[in-house]
Amino acid sequence: MENAIYYGAGFPYRELGDLSGKLIVLEGSDGVGRSTQTQLLRRWLEDEGFAVSDTGLRRSKMTQKGLEKARMGHTLSRITMSLFYATDFADRLENRIIPALQAGFIVLSDRYFYSIMARDIVRGADPGWAHQVYGFALKPDIVLYLKADVTDLVSRLILGRGLNYWEAGMDIHPSNNLYDSFIDYQSELIMMFDQFAQEYGFVTVDAGRPVMEVFSDLQGHIRNLLEDQQPIIEENF
Amino acid sequence: MLRKNTTPGKLIIVEGIDGSGKSTQIDLLYKWLHSQGKSVYFSEWNSSALVKSTTKRAKKRKLFTPTTFSLLQCTDFADRWENGIFPMLKAGVIVLADRYAFTAFGRDVARGVDPEWVRNLYSFAMQPDIALYFRVPLDVAVQRITGARAKLKFYEAGMDLHISESRVESFRRFQERILNEYDKMVSEFNLTVIDGDFTVQAQQRLVREIVKQKLEGWEGLPKPEGHPLVTIQSDINVVKGGP
Repeated sequence: MENAIYYGAGFPYRELGDLSGKLIVLEGSDGVGRSTQTQLLRRWLEDEGFAVSDTGLRRSKMTQKGLEKARMGHTLSRITMSLFYATDFADRLENRIIPALQAGFIVLSDRYFYSIMARDIVRGADPGWAHQVYGFALKPDIVLYLKADVTDLVSRLILGRGLNYWEAGMDIHPSNNLYDSFIDYQSELIMMFDQFAQEYGFVTVDAGRPVMEVFSDLQGHIRNLLEDQQPIIEENF
Repeated sequence: MLRKNTTPGKLIIVEGIDGSGKSTQIDLLYKWLHSQGKSVYFSEWNSSALVKSTTKRAKKRKLFTPTTFSLLQCTDFADRWENGIFPMLKAGVIVLADRYAFTAFGRDVARGVDPEWVRNLYSFAMQPDIALYFRVPLDVAVQRITGARAKLKFYEAGMDLHISESRVESFRRFQERILNEYDKMVSEFNLTVIDGDFTVQAQQRLVREIVKQKLEGWEGLPKPEGHPLVTIQSDINVVKGGP
């Protein structure tokens, strides 16, 4: 990414210097297959000889424990939740993503702040406020938006790990069952993502297809991005 | 940048650098208002139970950057705002806050974050009805803190800014920057300046005068007979200095 571009003021107190790595973000709904694709991409890129670092929401060393605990209780109010997630994101950006980019790694980020912002806005946050909160965020080299419709998500989750309280937005859609809540909440999120796709220039990938087809699309986009960085090609021995 | 208070309650806050005497003053104010039969709620900076363990962990392991420091303290404030200050104001209570958003505008900017960015973070909060800024000369504040405290803590002394190897020197320079930020905020946020060099009693007389004027003719939530407190954090009687 060479020179850092921020969405706002960035980190005025530090000079980032040369960022020789690439920041690749996978965005999209719960159950759309982001983690599967992240794993496939990681293996592929490492095979090609690239150093890869991955990260995802709530993995900050600083906030992980406290945030998990807060999610268990009932006292995590809307603004508090937004800011707690923003802290997690900032910590990972400054202490994990940026150092990796400085060291020339390809960083695969399973979600970025767009997901957090979408959830905040669906929960009633002022969009202007939310955008400005993330003024410190680095602009990724590419954002791959895995898009599927809500019925696809439901069938995947029901046959997979099941529906959960937060993914169904039960805190804001107190319907009497998880299914209806999930449909309402995830549909609103998809609308937000579609809007962000325009605003932030996401590359939209149809995720309603078999895993390997989606993967091959993602590979194509990433290959274009890495054009100047040739993979190591070696004969089998 | 802060919203107008449209609730029936009254919001009174105190600000000032460490060692300015503000906590002593708000404690006295609290007791006085209470004895006047008012319903009062007190909220102290950095006291959210939800965020506490995270702050403690990050301080201990020195994990903070200026941005995460700012965000986590705002998370703490948001929790107190959403679950304490705001509902209390809606109920018509007098809310007293020891430090408010201006502490963040001072400290976080002194640490190097963008002034507009941190002002936006706190824009969900309301402009206080009374914002008292206790201004003391730097030397007086430093003297009070270094005289009373065994050892300045890492972040308290601004050691993360790498201004000086000496904690006392670093503290002084850090507080000096904050003092400059406060002075800029006086007109921006209409802070009422109280001279922290006056005696405690003289300052308190002034504080009560200002509060009395502001509350004249105002009817808040009546305090039921025999109920000494509305809701109160148990540490109100302990006058704590520092962050």
